Amino acid sequence: MALELTAARPDPALLDLPWRVPLEEWPEDILAALPRGISRHVVRFVRLSGRVLAIKEIKDDIARREYEMLRNLGRLHLPAVEPFAVVSGRVGLDGQPLDACLVTRHLQFSLPYRALYSQSLRKGTATRLIDALAVLLVRLHLAGFWWGDVSLSNTLFRRDAGAFAAYLVDAETGELRNRLSDGQREHDLEIARVNIAGELMDLDAGGLLQEERDPVEVSERIMTRYRDLWAELTSEELIDDSERWRVDDRIRRLNEKGFDVDELEITTDIDGTSIRIQPKVVDSGHHSRRLLRLTGLDVRENQARRLLNDLEVYSASTGRQGEDEEIVAHDWLASVYEPVTRGVPRHLVAKLEPAEVFHEVLEHRWYLAERAQHDIPIRDAVADYVATVLPGKPDERAVLGVDTEELPVVADTGP
Amino acid sequence: MATVKFDEATRIYPGNDTPSVDKLNIDIADGEFLVLVGPSGCGKSTSLRMLAGLEEVNGGKIWIGDRDVTDLSPKDRDVAMVFQNYALYPHMTVADNMGFALKIAGVDKGEIRKRVEEAANILDLTQYLERKPKALSGGQRQRVAMGRAIVRSPQVFLMDEPLSNLDAKLRVQTRTQIASLQRRLGVTTVYVTHDQVEAMTMGDRIALLKDGILQQCATPREMYDNPANLFVAGFIGSPAMNLVTVPVTSDGAKFGNHNVSIPREGAGNGGSTLIVGVRPEDVEVTTNPDGLELTVDVVEELGADAYVYGTPTDPNIKLEGGDDNLVKPFIARVDGRQVPDKGGKIYVYPKSQHMHVFDPSSGARLG
Repeated sequence: MALELTAARPDPALLDLPWRVPLEEWPEDILAALPRGISRHVVRFVRLSGRVLAIKEIKDDIARREYEMLRNLGRLHLPAVEPFAVVSGRVGLDGQPLDACLVTRHLQFSLPYRALYSQSLRKGTATRLIDALAVLLVRLHLAGFWWGDVSLSNTLFRRDAGAFAAYLVDAETGELRNRLSDGQREHDLEIARVNIAGELMDLDAGGLLQEERDPVEVSERIMTRYRDLWAELTSEELIDDSERWRVDDRIRRLNEKGFDVDELEITTDIDGTSIRIQPKVVDSGHHSRRLLRLTGLDVRENQARRLLNDLEVYSASTGRQGEDEEIVAHDWLASVYEPVTRGVPRHLVAKLEPAEVFHEVLEHRWYLAERAQHDIPIRDAVADYVATVLPGKPDERAVLGVDTEELPVVADTGP
Repeated sequence: MATVKFDEATRIYPGNDTPSVDKLNIDIADGEFLVLVGPSGCGKSTSLRMLAGLEEVNGGKIWIGDRDVTDLSPKDRDVAMVFQNYALYPHMTVADNMGFALKIAGVDKGEIRKRVEEAANILDLTQYLERKPKALSGGQRQRVAMGRAIVRSPQVFLMDEPLSNLDAKLRVQTRTQIASLQRRLGVTTVYVTHDQVEAMTMGDRIALLKDGILQQCATPREMYDNPANLFVAGFIGSPAMNLVTVPVTSDGAKFGNHNVSIPREGAGNGGSTLIVGVRPEDVEVTTNPDGLELTVDVVEELGADAYVYGTPTDPNIKLEGGDDNLVKPFIARVDGRQVPDKGGKIYVYPKSQHMHVFDPSSGARLG
């Protein structure tokens, strides 16, 4: 049997990896780290042609299915890891066939929840992670994706202006449908609830949870956050014909939550006294799309919101509110944003992404100003932040799941 | 404990003309282990999910015990989907790994402990309850995962291809464990698989589906001995049944040059051909020119027995179940001490008590 490589853009260097050796026994010198998830599969990270790849050893058909599924999620612009290749037809050095491998790209600056818990944490981290997961789950469900194994372990988190943005990592059990029934959504939600509770209880048992609240209670948040957001995005609203401004109001509420309404169904009752409105197609990324259009910066939703707010402040304080938005944005970029992000010395750039640094500098300036009881120029805030705060942070560009354990479920050997 | 009833249950996906599950009728007894089996796309998973409340039912009803659950939400049905995920938590004890979901459901501590201990007893995990999963063997970890489902003590267990991502060895181990566990617990169980061996070894009864339609629902023995139609005959059994189209004569049918008597229903159907089915172990093999002439392609030695794979010498005779690219071989089980030579000629015909006859147009069993 010949080694078979399935990839959209195959990298020949992939063939140099030791495919004839079980993944578990790969030599340490080719591994980027020794990462482990709570997973029945063996997962390893390798560095290849300047990027980090995650490799998971699973059965051939499941690997192919998951590869296709991740590609489909990518086409639907859903936040998920990017599939890179499937390597199958592997044969061990002893001539025995080996399982296939699914290769995905490592998501830069992403954090497994367990890695977050090994740092000293701001209070409320669990709830912020759950909020991010709720948004992810709503987006997946809107697109007709039925996950089947929702958990913190199967999600990666990126910092998003103090909050988090969640990305799907494991699509092994997932299915894409035209639309999901309520039963299917509830099933995912129930699985999410149980898994999150289990994961938090496990952190608690390991002495890693610094929250005071009961994990069971915290896990309930996934249900409420999910249901609130789902209702806001999909529910039908009946308004009086004299209150047409409420249509705009609904759209604005969705925008504030980060969603654009691409299609809104409006029906009038027969007697014309009331109007029924229901969002039909919604798309997340309201602020990040707007920021991208104005500045060319491609950042996450909350970061974009933060940057747009700062742009707004800049525009007001320079008395340019009436001017063309794009010109003002361009000037803001050159005179505010870039000086801040360029103020980070080279040896510290692996700590945080530029947009997150900008967010933290703004926070830091506010903190300094409060202490000094007067405004602080942004230049001074950057200098102080780079000198006192940033060096103490861990490098997060390639955190590959420290402090986790591998519990493979394999056949017993011997009697 | 509960019975389960599919009553004309139908599922049509939006945009499809044909139902994915078409008027399914199955009565599952209290405590029974029923396996839904069939090729991919046959509707077996959809049927299970209709029972779980994860697929809408577009026609008919589904009953659990004497409750009509057709329109109930999944959590109100008192069913448990097993092995959807079975992450084990490294910092938690085995007992906590098994019982934590009950805590979420609001079950009190004493009751959780009681149920965990009962489950551990059944799973032979009692002495490990206070240990961490790391200290367990792979198979024991697998049992802890099962414990998570057991402690919920639902009315019905639902399992959708739970073994599909395990390696071959663990699959066999777990198969046995699930089957014996189910018998000890006596909880009604519906199990989905595409693997007929899994179905045959695990189920009290098997329901075989194809294109959304139930083909037969019976015990493994009945399915094997009296398949209701050609599809069942070809699907159940490994190696598969040999199915040969033969001409009808005035006094029966001709299997090669061997006369076989056929049931009256077969003779009366007016057709000039019939399909005769014979399982590999029910084949008479001779070197005398009596029966269907085969050229021996491969002999697979299994010790006491051997399987002979042959091709009819007459190129016009094709076995059912093959296609243009793949000629299906005729398979016969023979005494391992008397195997024919590869490339040699043998003659085969069915043992008279073990022959199956099917209508070539409808596929229905004739006797």
